[in-house]
Amino acid sequence: MFGYYLDLALRSLKRNKALTVLMVLAIALGIGASMTTLTVLHVLSGDPLPGKSGQLYYPQIDPQDIRGMDPSKEPPEQVTLIDGLNLLRAGRADHQALMSGGSVPVQPEQSSLDPFYVEARYTTADFFAMFDAPFLYGHGWTAADGEAKAREVVIARSLNDKLFGGANSVGRTLRMAGTSFRVVGVLDSWQPNPHFYDLNTGSYAYGEQVFLPLQTMLELRLDRNGSSDCWGNGGGGVGNILPSNDCVWLQFWVQLDSPAKAAAYKEFLVHYSQDQKALGRFQRAPNVRLRNVMQWLDYQMVVPDDVRLQTALAFGFLLVCLVNTVGLMLAKFMRRAAELGVRRALGASRRALFAQLLIESGVIGLVGGIGGLLLAMFGLWLVRQRPSAYAALAHLDLSMLFTTFVLALCATLLAGLLPAWRACQVTPALQLKSN
Amino acid sequence: MQIKPILAALRHHKAGTILVALQIALTLAIVCNALFIIRQRLVHLSEPSGVDEASLFVIYNGWADQAATMQFDAQVRTDLAALRQLPSVRNAAPASSCPLCGDGDDVPVMLAPDQTQWIADPAMYAGDEQLLDTLGVKLVAGRNFRADEIGKMGSRDFTVPPVVIVSRTLADRLFPRGEALGKPIYMMSNTPSTIIGIVDRLQRQNVGGWTRPYAYQSMLWPMRPVSSQGLYYIVRAKPGQLAAAMREAPKALYAEDRMRIIDPEHGTLSFAEVRRRIYDSDLGMAILMGLISVVLLAITAAGIVGLTSFWVGQRRKQIGVRRALGATRRDILGYFLTENLLIGLGGVLVGTVLAIGINLWMVTQFEMARLSLAYVMTGVVALLLLGQGAVLGPALRASRVSPVEATRSV
Repeated sequence: MFGYYLDLALRSLKRNKALTVLMVLAIALGIGASMTTLTVLHVLSGDPLPGKSGQLYYPQIDPQDIRGMDPSKEPPEQVTLIDGLNLLRAGRADHQALMSGGSVPVQPEQSSLDPFYVEARYTTADFFAMFDAPFLYGHGWTAADGEAKAREVVIARSLNDKLFGGANSVGRTLRMAGTSFRVVGVLDSWQPNPHFYDLNTGSYAYGEQVFLPLQTMLELRLDRNGSSDCWGNGGGGVGNILPSNDCVWLQFWVQLDSPAKAAAYKEFLVHYSQDQKALGRFQRAPNVRLRNVMQWLDYQMVVPDDVRLQTALAFGFLLVCLVNTVGLMLAKFMRRAAELGVRRALGASRRALFAQLLIESGVIGLVGGIGGLLLAMFGLWLVRQRPSAYAALAHLDLSMLFTTFVLALCATLLAGLLPAWRACQVTPALQLKSN
Repeated sequence: MQIKPILAALRHHKAGTILVALQIALTLAIVCNALFIIRQRLVHLSEPSGVDEASLFVIYNGWADQAATMQFDAQVRTDLAALRQLPSVRNAAPASSCPLCGDGDDVPVMLAPDQTQWIADPAMYAGDEQLLDTLGVKLVAGRNFRADEIGKMGSRDFTVPPVVIVSRTLADRLFPRGEALGKPIYMMSNTPSTIIGIVDRLQRQNVGGWTRPYAYQSMLWPMRPVSSQGLYYIVRAKPGQLAAAMREAPKALYAEDRMRIIDPEHGTLSFAEVRRRIYDSDLGMAILMGLISVVLLAITAAGIVGLTSFWVGQRRKQIGVRRALGATRRDILGYFLTENLLIGLGGVLVGTVLAIGINLWMVTQFEMARLSLAYVMTGVVALLLLGQGAVLGPALRASRVSPVEATRSV
């Protein structure tokens, strides 16, 4: 029966080419636009560390002075150096790392290369294990080396390719900002998207090329960038100077393997705040937060507003395309009332007619879906030509490919339901009479 | 024209009528909001920066080596002398950042050292006494910095300058009654800084996101940026010599000293490019919205044509009867036009409510202003005209149905 209905559907679609093309085009455009924007949204709101992100938490405490206090407000989004080091050395979590970002000038040994800047991450020993950063050669520095302000560096694969031709460079020397560093490890390609651990330096398609011990950076006073927020009249953060302890400018991440540990850690943050207040450092009542990676990204609203707006717009567009298709399909099916009447009179059940008409709308959906997929691929290609940071990430993955087809088929079948049902309501006698 | 029979006929095509009206309503709602967003973005991206954009370019100059502040200061002075000597260059100045360049410092300003809340959070540009002339901003009150007032902004020390120049917008924000000149302000410090000059208009480094409410609040500090982090050289070319100056300037700098880093791709940017970069997402959004609106209108028009054609085909016999009973071609044409107008009116009525609803939702979700009714009105008129235009073809065909059709059984 299916083959016969398919044949009938194709014949019917061929009979009225303009209408068919219009319906297919509307579905294709609607699907194409919504899948393009949905894919971008999907890529941008993805999990940067699948399987691990649930155990990684971002503690927030409130070290600000009493001015402008509002207990309902969120604590600052970063930590001061002194609090960061206190929490790090307390070591209450399974892993913990304190970090900040910057860029440092590299002076290559080869005279053929001009000096150039690389993005740097100044952090502590646990960083690599905590974030599952994969090593191609060597390993990270130890906590003791970090505290000893060792001139050690972990470099990214791309920099290793550029400077050392991709060879195992562990033990080689890298000159940065006028200081010689010893390469202790080379990271394999690694770029979590979004760049969750520090959203200030860039949210997407951002990766550091060198990783140095934070203590070393503090001693050498290497340049940092990212945001710093200060309070009081210390004048702490303007220009290029190292922020004072009245400024938050570091990110502190912890790994807590169970919810019980997370609850205990939050408790610890409250106690820490109380202790600091008793010492006279903190002036405010404890105000702490402990979000995991996805909660943090959500709170930071990391997906650009424009992308969400475009997705909403595209789905509105798809809705109009569907309403358009419903109308046209209704017109088409009603026009064939006579034909359907004959089939009814010859003994076809309502159910059979319904199935026949749904197959016809399904064919439109399928063709429209394929067209939509092609348009979505074209749309994503257009997105990739844009200069925005996330543009390069806009690729269709398998799950989105599947979603496209399900969306297209569901949409058209749904659009075919009402017209098919209406058309099946015809009274055979009435149609035959007027003939 | 009799409306009652049309309404009676529409009652027989409830589903079709409702679908067309719904489509018109949705299209109106989306297109109105899209047009509104386009307009907002276009206004935003054509905002003036206040500087002489046509002849400006910027060089981001980094240092390859760590050195003492004094060494950097000497190097910056030599660099500037070299840049200012170029035949195609009118003037050049060092700066910690530049308008529309994307990143830089902002400094909260208070009117007393013990104030709890800052009054303004302006963008700060540190530079020398040539910065005003180089940027081409107009001093409207007070005076420029003197050469002997220029300090150094290095890596290790923080001092607020004793004198500052502010933008008019900032001056008005701090002193709404217009007596800003000569007044002290406090910037995260117990030492006051005196406002010695006011410039006409100077945009911030950034124009989107949180800075929107603080647009054009900026200030100049009399300090040469001489830290290891590098600095911007802002160069103003002589009229018509921008391209030549952009070619010569990096060469002149490298000839002075090679231990510097100027990115070969993005290190030297004309101001047009700086502007394009910062407003790129706005332009992209406006183009996308425009494209979607056009396609949406086309699809709606095509849908109306398709559905009306079907109705005309279905009613050939009735049309024939009416013609036979004395209705003119004009009457038939009028019938379909009026029918479409009635459906269209129903659609735009619902569409107006939807458009406002969508806008209110967007106001809660995104940074968005309230939709002005002028856009809705424009949209209503446009969609009604679109409907009439779309229906014209099928209606003309209907009007050509011959009275003989009344006697035929199809």
